[in-house]
Formats: sequence, structure tokens, C-alpha cells
Amino acid sequence: MSAPGAGAGAVAWRISRVLLLLAFAGFFLLPLVALLDFSTKVPSTGDRTAQPWRDLLADEQMSSAITTSLLLAGLTVVGMVLLLVPTMVWVRLRVPRANRLVEFLCLLPLTIPALVIVVGIKNVYAWVDYLIGDSALTLTFVYVVLVLPYAYRSLDAALSGLDTTTLSEAARSLGAGWGTVIVRVIVPNIWSGVLSAAFISVALVLGEYTISSLLHYDTLPVAIVMLSKSDAPMSMAAALGSLIFAALLLLVLGALDRRRRPTGR
Amino acid sequence: MTIRPHDLDPDADRGAGGLAVELTGLRRHYGDVHALAGLDLHLDPGELVVLLGSSGCGKTTALRIVAGLERQDAGTVRVGGRDLSHVPANKRDMGMVFQAYSLFPHLTVLDNVAFGLKLRGQSRAQRRQRAGDVLDLVGLGEQKARYANQLSGGQQQRVALARALAIEPSVLLLDEPLSALDAKVRVQLREEIRRVQVEVGTTTLFVTHDQEEALAVADRVGVMNEGRLEQIATPAQLYAAPATPFVGEFVGLSNRLPATVEGGHAHVLGTRVPVLPGSASGSGLALVRPESVQLTLDEQGSARVATVAFLGPLSRVTATLPDGTDVVAQVRSADAVELTAGQRVRLQVSPAPVLVVGA
Ligand SMILES: Nc1ncnc2c1ncn2[C@@H]1O[C@H](COP(=O)(O)OP(=O)(O)OP(=O)(O)O)[C@@H](O)[C@H]1O
Ligand SMILES: [Mg+2]
Repeated sequence: MSAPGAGAGAVAWRISRVLLLLAFAGFFLLPLVALLDFSTKVPSTGDRTAQPWRDLLADEQMSSAITTSLLLAGLTVVGMVLLLVPTMVWVRLRVPRANRLVEFLCLLPLTIPALVIVVGIKNVYAWVDYLIGDSALTLTFVYVVLVLPYAYRSLDAALSGLDTTTLSEAARSLGAGWGTVIVRVIVPNIWSGVLSAAFISVALVLGEYTISSLLHYDTLPVAIVMLSKSDAPMSMAAALGSLIFAALLLLVLGALDRRRRPTGR
Repeated sequence: MTIRPHDLDPDADRGAGGLAVELTGLRRHYGDVHALAGLDLHLDPGELVVLLGSSGCGKTTALRIVAGLERQDAGTVRVGGRDLSHVPANKRDMGMVFQAYSLFPHLTVLDNVAFGLKLRGQSRAQRRQRAGDVLDLVGLGEQKARYANQLSGGQQQRVALARALAIEPSVLLLDEPLSALDAKVRVQLREEIRRVQVEVGTTTLFVTHDQEEALAVADRVGVMNEGRLEQIATPAQLYAAPATPFVGEFVGLSNRLPATVEGGHAHVLGTRVPVLPGSASGSGLALVRPESVQLTLDEQGSARVATVAFLGPLSRVTATLPDGTDVVAQVRSADAVELTAGQRVRLQVSPAPVLVVGA
């Protein structure tokens, strides 16, 4: 009698697993389905329409906000990589004593609320405006700081799995200068860390609302919120669109990562 | 002692690639540790010199200074007459093999070997050709497409050697390249390194703390102690005529037997033997190799056999003198079968010159 009992237990376990999975899927997907439903319905009649999505693509303010946010995301990733990768590699190779300090500095933004950052940064931005002009892209500076803790973590994990000292010394003795060491030897081996740092940065920038709205820059989240006050279905379409975009980005970066990795044993 | 091919033919035909290396007065300290305290060393073109010394005596520091990976506090590094003291590592044109595995994980074996050639601006075809040739030289022509994590430790070090040789370096530097490998692979690979080195004729500085390895591959061995060179000589000279007590005790196994020195001769175990320059005078301890101790069964002998260890064709017998000193003797195993612990034996020293140190 024990065997059927165990079988029943296994079935119960499998069922509960499926139920759990469905519950989570529902939890995550339901809002998305609701967004899709709301953004494709004519409120008065209940008919289906793609009008909000078409409007979204046609809306100039919206498309400029999307362009701004995408540019910001790109610039932030570039700034983050250019700032963090050489710094972290350099510190590891040449001044290991400073490792703690760099880690502390990089994690600092995590402990400061966005509101405080805005208050503090307003004065700095008066100067930024004055020196390079009042463009939303100047947000890149804040965003690079904002993504530091997350980017640092993924780069740190990737670097600690690598014998950077020996590899760079080997490369140098073969004739590589420091730039070549970083670009041709270190980066290809921490590529997955760079990609995940890039991804988390993009996700963060595409979703950041507080700072950009308080500094009065029209990024995608700010535009979505403003739109929701005038044209709710279109703002829903924009929100869903940005989510789908982020998901696609994740897939692309994941695929890139897999392509770069040499096949194991 | 084993006979090595290069003992038989010291002027064996060498490739043309070698340059002379001259280290003068190299100093380097870390805090109050003097890793190098004035190292002078000369390598002839095409020569393989081994730096031998115990852990922490500054071998790696010396090698890294030659490679330019470390700065010296004082002294100069000259290669082919050119002063490289202030040339950065990537401009020194030296091939280096590290103790730790150092292949680039993201590149195949072939691309690893071609890395330095790419930096030198060679075309893809040239690089592949040259890298393939060097890989054939180290016997890994079949593994070109693999990644480092698909190779054994010994294979990885052979690729590292090929990578260092591919750039036709002016000097080849090897920092304990075999220490991470197991004993059998180590012996095999050191012979391979020697073969390849003779074939390409690159002046080579090899660092190790394994004296057997040093004696087996070197043209000359430099014994280091506390950041200085104690003695540099051919393996045979080093073994037969150590210049200092440190060398005598560090290289090979030695007995320390009571001796009295007078008029250039020492009396050891009742035998009169010549002493080496640098010996103490008066009474002291003579450093005597186990193979210089002769042991005969004798009821009247003053020593007693303590242990007999079988080492293949030879056996190592330990006998105890009346005053409690243990003496190790090397005898043919065929003769050792008669020996058992407790037997009385007579000990004599063969008349080879010995080094006597102050007691
Ligand atoms: N980067 C460093 N910082 C501080 N001390 C160092 C450093 N590198 C070497 N030393 C010290 O210098 C001395 C010589 O070191 P070195 O690495 O040259 O020894 P070694 O002969 O290669 O020893 P081993 O056989 O163990 O590799 C040691 O006492 C070591 O502790
Ligand atoms: Mg060392």
C-alpha cells in the first residue's frame, strides 16, 4: 500500500508545483494582459482597436521621449562601462589596497534616496546647464552614478572568477599595452558580467521616474505618466511597449552572452 | 650522477637566436624584506641558466625584474648589450611562462599562440602558419582548436611555452613552469623544454626550487640565497665542488662528518682527503656525498647499520657512528641485500675533494 501512497504524494507535489507556477505566472502576467486589454479597447463600445498603439507611434512627444530614454540608456551603458571597467581592472592590478574604497564609493548611491540626490544635484545641474546646455541627455551623469552599485556587483563577480594579474602579465610580456590588455584580454573574459551590468543599467534607466521628473526632463516614464492624465489607453500602450522592449533586450543580451562563451568540456 | 647529452657536447650546434643577458647589482626590497640584495648574473647567448634557491630567496623577483613586470630599486638589465632597465614589459620582447596557468580562456590554443604575433601586425595567414609550427614543436599540433579548459595542466603549460616562443623572444623566462604538475609529467616536460630550448637556441632563464630539475636541464645553475647568487657553475661542478657551505648542503644530499683540516687536507673517518677552496681550517664538519662513503661488512667495524632503503639499482644505507652521528651511504642494491640492521660495518671516505665547514 505504500507505493500508491508515495505515487499519490508525487502527483500531489507535481500538481502543487504546477499550481504555484500558474499562480506566479498569473501574478506577473495579469497586469500585462490587463494593460493589453485596456490599450486595445474602445471604452464606450468595448470593440477592439489598435488606435492607441498607432497614436503612440505617431505621437511626436512620445516618440521624442522614447528616443531620449533610449539614448540615455545607451549613453549610460557606455559611460558606465568606460568608467567602471578600466577603473576596476586597474585597481585590481595596480592598487589592490584601494579595492575596498572603490567598492564603498560604488555602493554609496544605493544608500541615498533619489529625492536626496535630486536636492543635492540641483545645484550641480545649474552648472551643467550652463556649461553643456539644458538637454535631457545630461541626465546621463546622474544615471551613471545611479547604476554604479548594480553594475559594480556584476562586474565584480565576473572579475573575481578571473586571474587578472597573471593574464595581464602574460599579455604584457607578449607585447600588449594596458589598453590592449583591457580590451583584448580582460573584457572578453568578463563579457557576461559586462552584459548583465549593461542590461541592469538599461532597465534602470528606462524605468527611472523620480529624478527625471523632478529635474523636469521628458523621459519615457515621465511622458507615460503625463499621458495617463490625458489619454489613458495610449499611456497603457506605452507602458506595455516599454516592458516588451526590455524583455526583448534581455533575450538579445542573453543570446549574445551565449554566443561569446567558448563551449566547455 | 647521470650523464646529460649537453655534458658530452657542450658546444652542440645551437640556433642563431640567442642574445647575451647581463644583470648587474639588482636590488629590490619590499618594506624591510630584501628580496634581491645585489644580484649579478651573466647568461651567454643561447644558454639555459637555472636559478635555484629555497622559497622566498628572490628568484621570482629576479625573473620579474628581467621581464619588466617589477621595478628594481637599483641595478641594470642588459640584453644583447642594450640597457632595458627602463623599458616597459610590453616592449622588452621576452617570452615568459608563468607558474600559474595563464592561457587566455576566451581564445583557442591556436589563437593563444598567435596572440603575440597579432600584436606584431602579422597577417592572419602568417600567424596561423607560425603558431601551427610552434605548436608542432611542443607536440600539440592536434589540439589547435581547443580551449584552455579542455587541456590537461601539462598541455596548458606546453601551450604557454609555445605562446612564449612564437614571438621569437630575445630571452625566454620560465618561473617554476612545472610546479603545478605531477611528478611524472614534470620530468617529461622538463626534458621537452630542454629539447625545444636547444632547438630554438633562445637564451633562457629558468627558475625553480627543485634541485633535481635544476641539475637536469641547466647549462649552468645559479644557487641563490637571501637575494644573492651564492655560486654559479655547471651542474657537475656545483655537485662536485660546492663553493660555499650553503651550496654544499642545498644541492644534493650531504653527510656532515667530523673532520680536522691541516695543510690542505682533511681527516675524515680516518681517511685523508683534499679539501675544496673556501673550507674552514682546524676542526669542522666535512660535507660528504652518500656515494663517497664506502661501507664494508666488518666484525671489527665501529659503526652499526641502522636502516636500509631500496631505491632501485642503488640502496641507501644509514649507519650510526659510536658518537651517535648518522652516516648515509649509497651502495649497489646487489651488495645491500647482505646488510641488516644492527650489523657492524666499517666506513671509509673516497678521496674526492670535500668542503669543510666550521663546526
Ligand atoms: N609584492 C610583494 N610584496 C611584498 N613582499 C614581496 C612581494 N613579492 C615578493 N615579496 C617578498 O620578497 C621575497 C622574495 O620573493 P620571491 O617571490 O622572489 O621568492 P621566490 O624565490 O620566488 O620564492 P618561491 O620559491 O616561494 O616562489 C619574499 O620574502 C617575499 O615575501
Ligand atoms: Mg617564486
